[in-house]
Amino acid sequence: MKLKLSDFLKCMSASISVLMVTSLLAVTPAQAAGGGGPEIKRQVWSFNGFFGKYNKAQLQRGFGVYKEVCAACHGLKLLSYRNLVQVGGPEFSKEQALAIAKEATIIDGVDEDGEPKEREGKLSDRFASPFKNDTQARASNNGALPPDFSVIAKARTYHRHVPWYTEPYYWAYDMATGYEEKGVDYLYALLTGYKTPPRGMKLGDGMNYNEVFPGHQIAMAAPLSEDAVEYADGTPTSLNQHAKDVSAFLAWASEPHLNARKDLGKRVLIYLTILALLLFLAKRSLWARVKH
Amino acid sequence: MSDHSSTYEPTNGFTRWLDERLPIMRLMHGQFIDFPTPRNLNYLWTFGAILTFCLAIQLITGIVLAMHFIPHGDFAFASVEHIMRDVNWGDLIRYTHFVGASMFFLAAYIHMFRGLYFGSYKSPREIIWILGVLIILCMIITAFMGYSLVWGQMSFWAVTVITNLFTAIPIVGESITQWIWGGYSVGDPTLNRLFSLHYLFPFIIVALVALHIWALHVVGSNNPTGVEPKTENDSVSFYPYYVIKDSFATMVFALLFAWFVFYAPNYLGHSDNFIEANPLQTPPHIVPEWYFLPFYAILRAIPDKLLGVVTMMAAICVLFIIPWLDTSKIRSTRYRPLLKPFFWLFVITCLVLGYCGAKSPDYRFVEMADTQKYTSKAAAVSAKEEILSKNKHADLEIIESINSKEITYDLKNTKFKLTNQVLSLLLTFYYFAFFFAIMPIVGLIETPHKLPGSIAESVLGKSSADKAQ
Ligand code: HEC
Ligand code: HEM
Repeated sequence: MKLKLSDFLKCMSASISVLMVTSLLAVTPAQAAGGGGPEIKRQVWSFNGFFGKYNKAQLQRGFGVYKEVCAACHGLKLLSYRNLVQVGGPEFSKEQALAIAKEATIIDGVDEDGEPKEREGKLSDRFASPFKNDTQARASNNGALPPDFSVIAKARTYHRHVPWYTEPYYWAYDMATGYEEKGVDYLYALLTGYKTPPRGMKLGDGMNYNEVFPGHQIAMAAPLSEDAVEYADGTPTSLNQHAKDVSAFLAWASEPHLNARKDLGKRVLIYLTILALLLFLAKRSLWARVKH
Repeated sequence: MSDHSSTYEPTNGFTRWLDERLPIMRLMHGQFIDFPTPRNLNYLWTFGAILTFCLAIQLITGIVLAMHFIPHGDFAFASVEHIMRDVNWGDLIRYTHFVGASMFFLAAYIHMFRGLYFGSYKSPREIIWILGVLIILCMIITAFMGYSLVWGQMSFWAVTVITNLFTAIPIVGESITQWIWGGYSVGDPTLNRLFSLHYLFPFIIVALVALHIWALHVVGSNNPTGVEPKTENDSVSFYPYYVIKDSFATMVFALLFAWFVFYAPNYLGHSDNFIEANPLQTPPHIVPEWYFLPFYAILRAIPDKLLGVVTMMAAICVLFIIPWLDTSKIRSTRYRPLLKPFFWLFVITCLVLGYCGAKSPDYRFVEMADTQKYTSKAAAVSAKEEILSKNKHADLEIIESINSKEITYDLKNTKFKLTNQVLSLLLTFYYFAFFFAIMPIVGLIETPHKLPGSIAESVLGKSSADKAQ
């Protein structure tokens, strides 16, 4: 069903594009390569589209990567440890989540001398950030600020390198297929985008070449490599797999209620379709009395 | 209100008692049950009902959102995320409100183009139309203020760009802008008043809609032929015929709405708005929501700031006077062979203007250029100089492009280009020409097609219309 709809849209838009191209044949439209760099590819994610759902095992692995690697620099300040237990997320057990929370040091209130008091984390606490403030974060990262990860998967996107007159086709296609994962695809491309710099490129001090990062120079060194993190479930620990899992985890962090939303969405759409159908039949039989 | 006699009969003691004191049921009965409505309305006439549905959705979801939102620069962004994460079904309430704004504008624009095509703004419906223009103005203001409340990068910088437009006003511009800001830059006081007004304006819209429908019910609906109903045979009662048709159309619209809410809630938004507002960092491209893009393109098409603002305002305000710019007596464009192609060109103009609004001003839609690749910058520069020495006016540009293996310097020699700026200007010109030149002139010189004698005739054919009743 989904496939058929997208095929239909493709045909429609293809014919429109053909029309546009033929009318534009006389002139070659400008299409600069957008500053260079490869096209970011749309990946297959378990949570895309009508039947999309997070894969619990993948989120658990992704959290592992986050915790072992990224958490040293990137916070998740809008999430609480209890979210790790929540349905539709990584669904760790309460004990596992509590153990994770306990590793964190939380500053809470003051002691008798008015000094800030520290305690270990509880499930209700927000994730502790790795740095006290942005200044400290920059100081530890060569002046660059590692962004917080709470909504990172929605705060990034990419642009397709396509001629402008084909763009309406992609809009229609993306809307019809519910393509909400542009940011996640960017994250995956970024994490797998560390390459040897092209000949003649001078990198700034402490900068790294990345083929999809805007400007191609990023202050973060490649955070992932093969076997960077151990997986308990026997999934291969390739760089690509790590990147996939941590991107999926970040997608969940940005959109924690996606499973529930899509689940309800199906019911709502079915309900509305039936209601619309009934109303249509009622309308038709009523209006059969009046020629119009 | 129109004074067709009421068939309302109070059915019990209470309604009889009420009817003698406040005949509100009688009023509703007359306006929404018996109300005679042309029998030939097509689905474009269902958008009024769809808009009412949208307005209700925005009010309900908005009031719930306001229970959790904190209008303060330090907390606004986090409070929106709190709604998305911690409030029960908060993500759906927020997404419905966010997607709802887009759906509202989609419906309003279709509703307006319907009015334009079928000449619904013409006598005696000028007031309905003018109230409509006031409504769209208030909708624009409301949506702009609502978008700012998220206090993401796009919110903040949109507010900064738009409020800065007031500085274009001669002499007092600076003071007015600071008065609007409540300080020397966009900040907490600005956010707080935006919230206050964002809560107020929808109720102004409600009042305007009430007047809009009142005015509609004085003269009755226009219809696709543009011929006024003459006999009873031309109309049907609003209930049940249009109630059921409007309900069906609203349900189909709700399906589209639900698709976006549940499966593509952020598709119509901008990823930069998920980065918290930062007054020290301007985003690379500041673009408004899609429904403002045509106006944004008009604003940017004019190189002068003040003139740009005036032109943009004029693009909306010109709608107030089109009942008097259109010189034709014929309402429906169906019967106006000369206006028809200009009308569709106008629709395309508005769409392409929207496209222009989304692209940067120097974007090239069409370009003919020779490009020469060089591996060193010096080589590219000397080649550039060589061409310049032959042709002083050559349009040359060196573009550094990085691919996975090497850096190249592309010397682009542009022979012809159509930039966004130029295209927007051309389209803006047509936008206004449509109203100020085409509408008045075409009305005077056009020979319209023959109108049907009545609505019934257009539906039933002449002979059966004569026979019926
Ligand atoms: C040693 C500290 C450090 C670690 C560990 C680290 N990062 Fe980063 N990260 C940074 C810094 C610094 C930046 C800012 C880079 C810049 O702006 O040039 C950054 C930026 C980013 C960005 C934003 C890029 C953009 O488009 O703006 C993403 C995404 C990211 N990191 C992902 C990750 C992931 C995923 C991990 C774990 C696998 C990780 N990082 C581990 C320091 C780190
Ligand atoms: C909140 C927004 C609005 C609501 C709720 C609304 C509601 C309605 C309703 C219920 C009708 C009657 C049904 C129909 O003809 O579709 C109507 C008619 C009309 N509206 Fe609106 N409207 C809105 C905005 C506008 C705008 C922005 C304009 C134009 C600038 C406009 C212009 C008209 C005109 C001219 C008619 C008469 C149409 C005819 O009889 O052919 N409306 N409106």
